[in-house]
Amino acid sequence: MEIQQNLPTAQIQIRNFNFYYGKFHAIKNTDLDIFNRRVTAFIGPSGCGKSTLLRAMNRMYELYPDQRAEGEILLDGTNVLAKDADLNMLRARVGMVFQKPTPFPMSIYENIAFGVRLHESLSRADMDERVQWALTRAALWDEAKDKLNQSGLGLSGGQQQRLCIARGIAVKPEVLLLDEPTSALDPISTARIEELIHELREDFTIAIVTHNMQQAARVSDYTAYMYLGEMIEFGITDQIFLSPKQKQTEDYITGRFG
Amino acid sequence: MAFFPLAQRRKWTNRVALTLSMCAMTFGLLWLIWILVTVTGIGVSALKPALFMEMTPPPGGQGGLANAIAGSMVMVVLATLLGTPIGILTGIFLAEYGQRGWLAEITRFINDLLLSAPSIVIGLFMYEIYVARRGSFSGMAGALALALIVIPVVVRTTENMLLLIPNTLREAAFALGASRWKVILMVTVRAARAGIMTGVLLAVARIAGETAPLLFTALSNQFWSLDLNKPMANLPVTIFKFAMSPFPDWQRLAWAGVFLITLGVLAINILARTLLAKRTEN
Amino acid sequence: MQIPSGLEAENLSEASRRKKVGWIGDWLFLNLTRGFAVFALLILLGIIVALIIGAWPAIKTFGLGFLTSTDWSPPKEKFGALIPIYGTLVSSFLALVIAVPVSFGIALFLTELSPNWLRRPLGIAIELLAGIPSIVYGMWGLLFFAPLFAKYAQPFLANTFGRIPLLGQLFAGPHFGIGMLTAGIILAVMVIPFIASVMRDVFEVTPTLLKESAYGLGCTTWEVVWNVVLPYTRVGVVGGIMLGLGRALGETMAVTFVIGNSNAFEGLSLFLPGNSITSALANEFAEAEEGLHSASLMYLGLVLFAITLAVLTASRLLLLRIQKQQGGR
Repeated sequence: MEIQQNLPTAQIQIRNFNFYYGKFHAIKNTDLDIFNRRVTAFIGPSGCGKSTLLRAMNRMYELYPDQRAEGEILLDGTNVLAKDADLNMLRARVGMVFQKPTPFPMSIYENIAFGVRLHESLSRADMDERVQWALTRAALWDEAKDKLNQSGLGLSGGQQQRLCIARGIAVKPEVLLLDEPTSALDPISTARIEELIHELREDFTIAIVTHNMQQAARVSDYTAYMYLGEMIEFGITDQIFLSPKQKQTEDYITGRFG
Repeated sequence: MAFFPLAQRRKWTNRVALTLSMCAMTFGLLWLIWILVTVTGIGVSALKPALFMEMTPPPGGQGGLANAIAGSMVMVVLATLLGTPIGILTGIFLAEYGQRGWLAEITRFINDLLLSAPSIVIGLFMYEIYVARRGSFSGMAGALALALIVIPVVVRTTENMLLLIPNTLREAAFALGASRWKVILMVTVRAARAGIMTGVLLAVARIAGETAPLLFTALSNQFWSLDLNKPMANLPVTIFKFAMSPFPDWQRLAWAGVFLITLGVLAINILARTLLAKRTEN
Repeated sequence: MQIPSGLEAENLSEASRRKKVGWIGDWLFLNLTRGFAVFALLILLGIIVALIIGAWPAIKTFGLGFLTSTDWSPPKEKFGALIPIYGTLVSSFLALVIAVPVSFGIALFLTELSPNWLRRPLGIAIELLAGIPSIVYGMWGLLFFAPLFAKYAQPFLANTFGRIPLLGQLFAGPHFGIGMLTAGIILAVMVIPFIASVMRDVFEVTPTLLKESAYGLGCTTWEVVWNVVLPYTRVGVVGGIMLGLGRALGETMAVTFVIGNSNAFEGLSLFLPGNSITSALANEFAEAEEGLHSASLMYLGLVLFAITLAVLTASRLLLLRIQKQQGGR
């Protein structure tokens, strides 16, 4: 029983999930739990459906008319795929960071305040505090505190990506989805983001899609290996990398390491 | 050419064709330079302070273009103010809502037709629905006709500029839980504003020199009048009238007017292009 | 919980209020923008309807015979549109004969020959040519170009092409400077930038791989352009030419200044003055008597609108086909 209590609870439960791009069946009958305050990494070759799965969790696919999802994704027990789910509310609870940095065309301060204002009305002082909190958590405060009123586009690529992370956590979501967040960054910026993911895991449930297997090994607690739209193997990261149960997983991992 | 070996002949054909292509380029540039040089040459000599101070003269008299310049400005500004919001909102609809729907498809098509439709027909249309009903030519009719020319230009550039904004930026805003209209107004339109401004400037440049739609709407006025319900003097129609006349004084004023318009329109064009170049560098 | 979620901290009624505001905002904004899109459609319909209503007396009186009659006489209340239609078609055709090869040359230069640093400035220069208002072309054409044309070019043309049997007819007659040919030339200069920039744009989208494989076979630049690029972009090139034609047909001021505004048909010579639909409208409409005269001018406008719409629609459809092809790839 004691061991049971130490086990993390599942914050997101994916059940019997299917996804279609028009007629193309991109994800097939997938079940998965994403645990509270843990980092779950999704790996697999390009086109295996890992990004698609991530984009289903905040229903980003809704923007595109021929994409549709079937099955259930339960966030704290409520199905987010339900027709009557409030999309804006869902996305406030599930934040996302993209492959390329996407600073909005406004100042650093406004970039962060923009998201917060969507969901809360804060006084000026509270907002200042929130912005500072978010930038500090994203390890950007020291670099950005003197230029909060300058455009976010003036930052370096790595700084822009941390700004986007700050923007995402400023809304205080429960889950953070990271879609290959370092694929456009240099190794030093990548290392900083990885450190950051480690720290953020104390407060947020994190799901990260990555092409870089060493990254998955470094940052995640759990790893899911997907291939051609199917969940091949899911487990504790060390287990997946050291003694995968499936031959396919092993081939993929060892193939990459040469 | 038959006595050339094949390889030689191909080489010569190539050379001749490429030379002709260079000639075509020169031909195009020559006209631009030729027109600019003559218009500037004659125009500058006709520039006097009186041009901006005095009214258009009767035949054979001395005078300036003050009322025509003022009238043109009033109508261009009014037309821009009327046409720009309509154009931008339509452009937003096409780019942000209408990627598939039939309404957007048709609107896009019709807009492209209106973009190249003869401007004189716009003048006829405004005459029929506004001037004929009111029983008098008026500055307002002129401004409305020009506004109808502004709209398609602004629609086209707004849509194009919004489509250049990467989808990831929209997704990032949606991912924060923003509703669609906030994403559009606060993120996408903001990111595209330099491009949209370019469209507005190009539209201003286009209507600043438009003559045909004003002939049957604003007509012209020899005197100072900013009353939008009366015929209103304007540069293009004044130039038309004066240039076609046999009086040297009138013709000189027409040259001065043409110089002013060319200068203004080219300046706006160049400004718009630098604005756009800056945007694409970012 | 170390950090309370922003949403949990907020009370529920606030959240639902925000949801409602967001929903209403979305609905309003969508319908606002959609309303203006519908407005654009209504303008086009409005133009057609207004022209038909305005032209109705003339349509009733002359019917389709209007299009084939050459009699244009306000005092006798007799109106026929053949002369201005002829003028519009001939001057636009002349413009294309000159503008198409020149535009092709310019596009070829800009895409294949020009050094990279010159490409942008030259492209802008050609586009500026499109920016010059038509009244500038017109006045410059009348007061500056036409006298020079009469003095040097017309005698030269008369002495060379004028000597050739049959073709010579086109270059006979007095050297006024103004007339059909002058109008055609000025129109050509005006439409060159439109045609050239469409051609340049479609040439640029020819896949590099396709061009490189032709060069790889040992083709010269000209052979690549003529045998690979041009066939590949054929539809777009035709679309661009039609766009230029649409412009030429509807151009008013430049033509009105230099075409000569004569309503009589005196022969085939391109040196003779003529009239176009647009210049007839520009010259007569503001002073026309209410009634048959102004209705006939409206009828002329309707004919012009119909012709240009047909040409522009064809051009749009061709260019759209190109876009679809690209989208499919």
